[in-house]
Amino acid sequence: MTTAAVTTLPAPRSQVAGNYLTQDRRIRSWLFTLDHKRIGVLYLATSLLAMLIGGLLAMVIRTQLLVPQGLIFHGHGAAAYAAYKHYNQIFTLHGIIMVFMVLIPIIPGALGNFVLPLMLGAKDVAFPRLNLMSFWLYVGGAVLAIASTVAGAVDTGWTFYTPFSIHTETYVVVMLLGIFLIGFSSIFTGLNFIVTIHKLRPPGMTWFRMPLFLWGIYATSIIQVAATPVVGVTLVLLCLERIMGIGIFNPALGGNPVLFQDFFWFYSHPAVYIMILPAMGIISEIVPVFSRKHIFGYSFIAMSSLAIALIGFLVWGHHMFVNGQSAELDAIFSFLTFLVAVPSAVKVFNWLATMYKGAIVLDTPMLYALSFLILFTIGGLTGVILGALATNVVLHDTYFVVGHFHLVMMGGTIIGFIGGLHYWWPKMFGRRYNETLARIACVLLFFGIAITFVPQLIVGAEGMPRRYAHYLPIYQPYMVASSIGAYLQLAAFILMTGYLVHSLVRGRKAPMNPWGGGSLEWTTASPPPHDNFAHPPVIGENYDPYDYRHLAYDPKIGGYVPTGVVDTYGAGKEA
Amino acid sequence: MTEIVSIGNQHELAQHHLAHHFDTPQQQFDAGKLGMWLFLSTELLLFSGLFCAYAVYRALHPEIFRYAGQYLDMPSGLGNTLILLTSGLTMALAVRFAQLGRRIGLVVCLFLTICGGLGFLGLHGYEYFTNYREKLLWGLDYNPSHGPHGQAIAPIRSLTRLTVRPLPAGVGGWASLKALGREGFIVSHSAIAPAASGPPGIAAGQRHTVRLAPYAQPANVQLFFSIYYLMTGLHSLHVLIGVILMTWLLFRAWRGDFSPRYYTPVDLIGLYWGIVDMIWMFLFPLLYLLH
Repeated sequence: MTTAAVTTLPAPRSQVAGNYLTQDRRIRSWLFTLDHKRIGVLYLATSLLAMLIGGLLAMVIRTQLLVPQGLIFHGHGAAAYAAYKHYNQIFTLHGIIMVFMVLIPIIPGALGNFVLPLMLGAKDVAFPRLNLMSFWLYVGGAVLAIASTVAGAVDTGWTFYTPFSIHTETYVVVMLLGIFLIGFSSIFTGLNFIVTIHKLRPPGMTWFRMPLFLWGIYATSIIQVAATPVVGVTLVLLCLERIMGIGIFNPALGGNPVLFQDFFWFYSHPAVYIMILPAMGIISEIVPVFSRKHIFGYSFIAMSSLAIALIGFLVWGHHMFVNGQSAELDAIFSFLTFLVAVPSAVKVFNWLATMYKGAIVLDTPMLYALSFLILFTIGGLTGVILGALATNVVLHDTYFVVGHFHLVMMGGTIIGFIGGLHYWWPKMFGRRYNETLARIACVLLFFGIAITFVPQLIVGAEGMPRRYAHYLPIYQPYMVASSIGAYLQLAAFILMTGYLVHSLVRGRKAPMNPWGGGSLEWTTASPPPHDNFAHPPVIGENYDPYDYRHLAYDPKIGGYVPTGVVDTYGAGKEA
Repeated sequence: MTEIVSIGNQHELAQHHLAHHFDTPQQQFDAGKLGMWLFLSTELLLFSGLFCAYAVYRALHPEIFRYAGQYLDMPSGLGNTLILLTSGLTMALAVRFAQLGRRIGLVVCLFLTICGGLGFLGLHGYEYFTNYREKLLWGLDYNPSHGPHGQAIAPIRSLTRLTVRPLPAGVGGWASLKALGREGFIVSHSAIAPAASGPPGIAAGQRHTVRLAPYAQPANVQLFFSIYYLMTGLHSLHVLIGVILMTWLLFRAWRGDFSPRYYTPVDLIGLYWGIVDMIWMFLFPLLYLLH
């Protein structure tokens, strides 16, 4: 954008200025960049930092629960009250940071920002300035939220249920304002992506020729735009409740605390689909590429994303089965909860069918995709158990819920994100990572997640309530197993950090198309130039991102090259 | 010849506003417009939470809304409605003038729209001030000295002395409220049923009619004022933002930034103003008319 922007040379700017990472090295050019790739990298760095904080808090929680009385926070009488309050603050922060600062923004913000315009063959997202503003709103909100913990960390749980959140003496208002800002960041990101997908698709790329990751992002964006404003106004109402005492949610002033739960879950249930849908999009990219086979049931996967987004809006009541909701509503919400499991299952079956008789390559991204399939399926099916009315009454607010949610989020969203990160890493930074170490880390993480959260399902079914700082001694074996799993995850992440940093510094140069992907981001250099493509890609009539027949592996460069026999991008291919 | 030259200039003008990642000005305009519509849908959803709260509390406590709504000054609400409707007309005309490239018409219409916005804020501010003087406020600050028609306030406890009888079977909701006339109220209890009469944990709704003395003050009237201030306050904030945006537009229009080939900001802020108008068209009857 600086010297390159004013040059009159006929050569493409990118060749003049190097790639997007090196074209301007000043700090300012990063902090105020309008380049979607750089904004993606900024999101990646900040949300990984948030994940580090949230993860360390999780380690504190698991360490506390090693012994029945609590290893870190314990005591007698008044001391116990103070100690357990700290525990409440720890798990609240863990939840808030992981939900609002990691799970929601990490895939759309980091990978979506980087990949979406590249997949469309576009130069940028529709509104680059809005994109930058989204990022800074996110940072501002995160700083505000984390700063509030210094003043007095919130102890309400990440759900902020009233009336406790009205009365607690911790800094709820500052935290809520932080989340409010992050919410606006999320809205603007979603809005930007919707418009980009609508208006910047190249001629020839019809809706049903888009890579499925874009469908995932599109469905996510719809939820972000349509659900986040509602939580925004809810958080504002709760702030006003604390500041002015408006009484809407305060039973002492005639208000209705269950209304808060309705409002909150109207956003926060769809929000879990904000978290999982992009991860499903990533899996839909990885599975066909590493099976060397066309995706099975393209339109079913695409439409199931939309179905999840739409039905996901109608299931929030399943969080309130035991809160005095009427029996009729309970039954309807239970039915709709079963219904939303169908499109997820459609996806899983399509991925399996894609792998069937494929030439499966077990590179790191594919290992993550397989981990996703196993862990997400366990997590998803336990969700159906929770959606059933009778079992829900028993399992409500037990560790079963914790195990279910974490299997879906860690085993789904985070595994999907890390799979996507490994998949696009060579494209983002132009470097390869150590494949062996990466595979070891993946296996370690897979077993870490399984060992952490499956025992939680069992102990929850045995009756252990969630959010307790101490527990009955009979639960200890499960709790210790769970903590060991958590430490395994920590080890996996440390290993991952090690080889990824090594890759950044000394990794082998990555080729243009290391995995043999068929979507447009693999037709530009790794890392891409500032304007994404030296020459804007031309989409032929028969363009198909999941047709790999025209690509052949070239051992000399360690990547795939077009053979020229079948030109998927041109118009030469026979249908 | 001159015509071709002027089109060429305008084309350059449009190109000047074309960001590097768009192919044509039309693509950029379409993207901006779609983005604005999406943003406006989030605005509607922001308000939807408050409309939802209104609906829930109105359904649970119709007596509060019927009583407290009488405090509001209908004529000033009507005045504001007329002001906003007129400003909506002038804003639409402004967009038209921008499309036609008539600078003076655009400037005049923007100015009139700003006047409308300020007039609305002034009138509404006066209404707020009157309410504040009467202590018609939210939460614990609700403490008026007299009833909506200047009468003495019947003590809240009078509710308990009234006759309470169950609704006839099959009668419920608004139909029965209408049948009861001005003095009767339906009170809906969502208390948890005793364990013996139903599955544990499942609420059984019990509906009763309550005969009230005319204008007796029901409990929790402050809830109405909380909702009133939240809805109108958020709306007034949007009017204020609209006025600021239009002042910026006025400045740019005066400078001659807009032409038939480039008037995107006028068009988009016109849409925004339309939504602000429309929300008021729902607020006015819900708060001022529907008792």
